[in-house]
Amino acid sequence: MTDTAPVPVPERRNGSLMTSDRRTARRNAAEKRFRLYGLAAIGVAATALVILLASILAGGLSAFQQTTIQLQVELPAERLDPEGNRIPVEMASVTTFGYAPLLRDAMVATLADAGIETDLDASDLADMVSDESVAQLRNYVLANPEVVGSTIPVEVLASGRIDGYYKGRVTALTAELDRNVDPAQLVLADALKDAGLLETGFNWRFLTWPDASDTRPEAAGLGVAILGSLYMMLIVLCLALPIGVAASIYLEEFAPQNRLTDIIEVNISNLAAVPSIVFGILGLAIFINWVGLPQSAPIVGGLVLTLMTLPTIIIATRAALKAVPPSIRDAALGLGASRMQAVFHHVLPLAMPGILTGTIIGLAQALGETAPLLLIGMVAFVREYPDAPPEGLFDPASALPVQVFNWTQRSDPAFVERASGAIIVLLLFLFLMNLTAIFLRRRFERRW
Amino acid sequence: MNDMRLTERATQMHDTKIAARGVDVFYGDTHAIKSVDVEIADKTVTAFIGPSGCGKSTFLRCINRMNDTIPIARVEGEILIDGEDIHDPRVDPVQLRAKVGMVFQKPNPFPKSIYDNVAYGPRIHGLSRNKADLDVIVEDALRKAALWDEVKDRLAAPGTGLSGGQQQRLCIARAVATGPEILLMDEPCSALDPIATDQVENLIHELRRNFSVVIVTHSMSQASRVSQRTAYFHLGELVEFGDTGDIFTNPRDQRTENYITGRIG
Repeated sequence: MTDTAPVPVPERRNGSLMTSDRRTARRNAAEKRFRLYGLAAIGVAATALVILLASILAGGLSAFQQTTIQLQVELPAERLDPEGNRIPVEMASVTTFGYAPLLRDAMVATLADAGIETDLDASDLADMVSDESVAQLRNYVLANPEVVGSTIPVEVLASGRIDGYYKGRVTALTAELDRNVDPAQLVLADALKDAGLLETGFNWRFLTWPDASDTRPEAAGLGVAILGSLYMMLIVLCLALPIGVAASIYLEEFAPQNRLTDIIEVNISNLAAVPSIVFGILGLAIFINWVGLPQSAPIVGGLVLTLMTLPTIIIATRAALKAVPPSIRDAALGLGASRMQAVFHHVLPLAMPGILTGTIIGLAQALGETAPLLLIGMVAFVREYPDAPPEGLFDPASALPVQVFNWTQRSDPAFVERASGAIIVLLLFLFLMNLTAIFLRRRFERRW
Repeated sequence: MNDMRLTERATQMHDTKIAARGVDVFYGDTHAIKSVDVEIADKTVTAFIGPSGCGKSTFLRCINRMNDTIPIARVEGEILIDGEDIHDPRVDPVQLRAKVGMVFQKPNPFPKSIYDNVAYGPRIHGLSRNKADLDVIVEDALRKAALWDEVKDRLAAPGTGLSGGQQQRLCIARAVATGPEILLMDEPCSALDPIATDQVENLIHELRRNFSVVIVTHSMSQASRVSQRTAYFHLGELVEFGDTGDIFTNPRDQRTENYITGRIG
């Protein structure tokens, strides 16, 4: 270092504090630009969110409304109970074909009572009522055989097109081109509405009824899907939380630092990045083909989602355990607590908020997962509610995201509305879970 | 420094409580402690002084085997407590640590109530048969730590809500409640203000009646105030060990003299 180059003298040495020099001005400009980039990024994200929510709400909120028609249905004993003994098992020999004319007659009679005149024939009138209502009426009669022989008031679902008319999906113009609906039916529906016989109200059936076939969008509900998702979340919670927490505690607090634990750690991180459909293939190969568990069952879905959620929970739990200050461990060990006592008495309670948050985020991720469920057959059309757990875990069921996927594939536009409605329900559940996570974190958070 | 006070201090000797022979500590490839021999007497305050990184805390942590919790640390040599080798395979470190209490540099009360902080040790070691016993132990420990009068009305309040000095005394009470025979203190006053430091130092004087106290400190004045024996560590070696008065007035080694006169460190 014998080089004696002259030391450059800083330019601003003698400048006034009141005027910012070039360098400071550049720095301030850069900072301002950076803030603008940040604001723009937040703006883009917020706009995307608003557009997403707006489009889903606009398309899906109407799924929570349903048009129904009030009918007085006569239940002639000689047609419904030929034996005359009111035993449901024997009355079951009358199929829905036996009940269909009753609704048709009821429709005609209701119009006559209300003094509404129409050119439509009886079969067109019957088409205004959902096909599902026939089965609904039959189930009601079989459950309450004493009503046979009387005339009872029945609230039946309007057909999908009539329902769509009151939601703006069907207009007189589109009805001209649609062979499933006649413009005269729409006029008649308005007349029924004026007479107070047709109304649009909150749609509980959407949340409780099972899925319906392609031609009956008005009767399709999320009941089976919600139950299936609930069962799977139960399985994931019961399996992933204890396994994940135990694994994290062992890795973080007890495991020796060697090659094997390094490999395990790297693999856990990698597992978190494995595409979910791979877990579906694994579930199909192992749980269904090898172990022989039933297809479409929540137990298989739950197991697959558990595998998928475990890395998330383990990573979150390890981070939470790492965040507990080592001084707490030292304090406990210094008092003569064993490793396990130090962990369970002091470290774990402090890590609890982080563990719970990680678990709920993992559960939320599992709740919205579709791809692996498609592979294990949960995409099937399921009309039967699964039984109560534990047996019900082996019954076929659907899941919320799969139901969305299913409905978006159907041709009737009424199913698009149903799918958007299902997305709203799914988002509500996710929102609730995240709220719970925040609540738990606040509740258990302790300062040290 | 008041030399008269130091030399006149009673240095009546007690039996040896801790004897270390040829202790070496390695952190990975680093040789942190080099062949240390030291004999620490019972019912005496022994101060470890020395510049940062000289290994005094490391050696302190050997005495209750806290270094076991660091995977890369390796301890060689013999440490005897009451003539028993603490590295004997039959010795459970958990039992050892009940006998050798420790107070850390930073006050680290558990995020629990004051009562639970003190009661934790007695609980896990089964020192009390019932709640009344435990109450007595907690009160006694808090009295020994000169904290009882300040907290007796709020034993259910969180220990983390106390002031720094109170927290450190709470940690001392917590260590005392387990009924140790040796108390290790790793720079217990470095995070405290002078008033709290004074309280803790008075406390150390009191504790000497019942325990053998080993204190690591950066403050030479503190070492001279509280200890009867002083050990000077330098770069992992025990340079000099003797009566505190001798070390501070008449150091035999040049390095000790440099340190206590402020030329190094």
